[in-house]
Amino acid sequence: MIDFILQNPIFSALIALGGLSALFGAVLGFAAVKFKVEGDPIVDQIDALLPQTQCGQCGHPGCRPYAQAIADGDPINKCPPGGQATINALADLLDVEAPSLDSEHGEHSDVKKVAFIREDECIGCTKCIQACPMDAILGAAKHMHTVIVDECTGCDLCVEPCPVDCIDMIPVQTDLKTWKWDLPATNQKPVFHVVASEVNLIASDLGRGAAFDTAKATDETGKAA
Amino acid sequence: MSFSELAIILLSTVLVNNFVLAQFLGLCPFMGVSNKLESAIGMAGATTFVMTLASICTYLVDTWVLSPLGLQYLRTIAFILVIAAVVQFVKMFMEKTSPLLYRVLGVFLPLITVNCAVLGVAILNTQKAHNFFESTMYGFGGALGFAMVLVLFSAMRERLAVADVPAPFKGASIGMITAGLMALAFLGFGGLVSLQ
Repeated sequence: MIDFILQNPIFSALIALGGLSALFGAVLGFAAVKFKVEGDPIVDQIDALLPQTQCGQCGHPGCRPYAQAIADGDPINKCPPGGQATINALADLLDVEAPSLDSEHGEHSDVKKVAFIREDECIGCTKCIQACPMDAILGAAKHMHTVIVDECTGCDLCVEPCPVDCIDMIPVQTDLKTWKWDLPATNQKPVFHVVASEVNLIASDLGRGAAFDTAKATDETGKAA
Repeated sequence: MSFSELAIILLSTVLVNNFVLAQFLGLCPFMGVSNKLESAIGMAGATTFVMTLASICTYLVDTWVLSPLGLQYLRTIAFILVIAAVVQFVKMFMEKTSPLLYRVLGVFLPLITVNCAVLGVAILNTQKAHNFFESTMYGFGGALGFAMVLVLFSAMRERLAVADVPAPFKGASIGMITAGLMALAFLGFGGLVSLQ
């Protein structure tokens, strides 16, 4: 048998390559089982419901860390940008009572706002740039700064650090560009649960800070009409 | 095999026979991933890790499987198999044990499978008939050289991106010219050490 293989190099080649492939396949298969990473799906689901403003008003460095903290037992009412709609959606997901917003972390405003820098008063100190979690402020040291409206989530974080108080939070007027579909709010019965998650997906496709748009869209479009 | 000979191999692969600038291997990631310093550092780290491991594994496969059976002509395909398996294994292992490093290296880890410097180091090892320690050192040194040049080059390209480059030279062309000048500069290391 061994003589036969040695005399027919094609067989030894086949056996060698096949053996190597089988060996590596076995090692990789073993590794796939041994080093399997269990993602925490609940954190992803919670993260999908949060508004992704990354504003840090909850005391966590961003929405994902807060989602992780909620999964570990943190209260779900620390998200002012999300407001009651987010709290209700989270309560629905986690099957707990929906508490009201913890005012310690800030107030929820129904009107979407963006920051606006009064540019002739700006001294170019870059403090608001460092504060902005979304990198929505443009500018350099000793040059005027300005806000990229599309990127701004209206989280307020730049207002406080400004030494000359030249940042205003102005409400966004509903026009053809900013109007959103009047989608049902996310705090429905469990029957609507699948629908609710789709709603959030669509809303977050429309722009950042979107989870609260579903609740807000109701009264804004009401006003617009 | 003395310590000084290993040190000479290391110095020779890092500076004199640099894989990228003297042997022109691994040019694809060299041009492709050098736009940002951060990603270059990620790529450099991942390549160093994989190249060292791959040169060890390919040496073992060559010595214990291919050579005894007289199958040296299968080296290329066997080495590709080994490298692909090593890269995949490292990816899985890293994802489990060090998620932070895994996130930093990210997409660059699987990209290394098709990095010709990794295959190059394996084939050069067999051509130069290195023993186990020499192979390991050659792979590690080559990877260090690749990492160093990639990081240096990406730092230069970050500055080139904001420099006032004449319009015809903008983008990739000035990158190529810079790479050429770097290769010229590395010629200066020629004769620093000589491998017997």
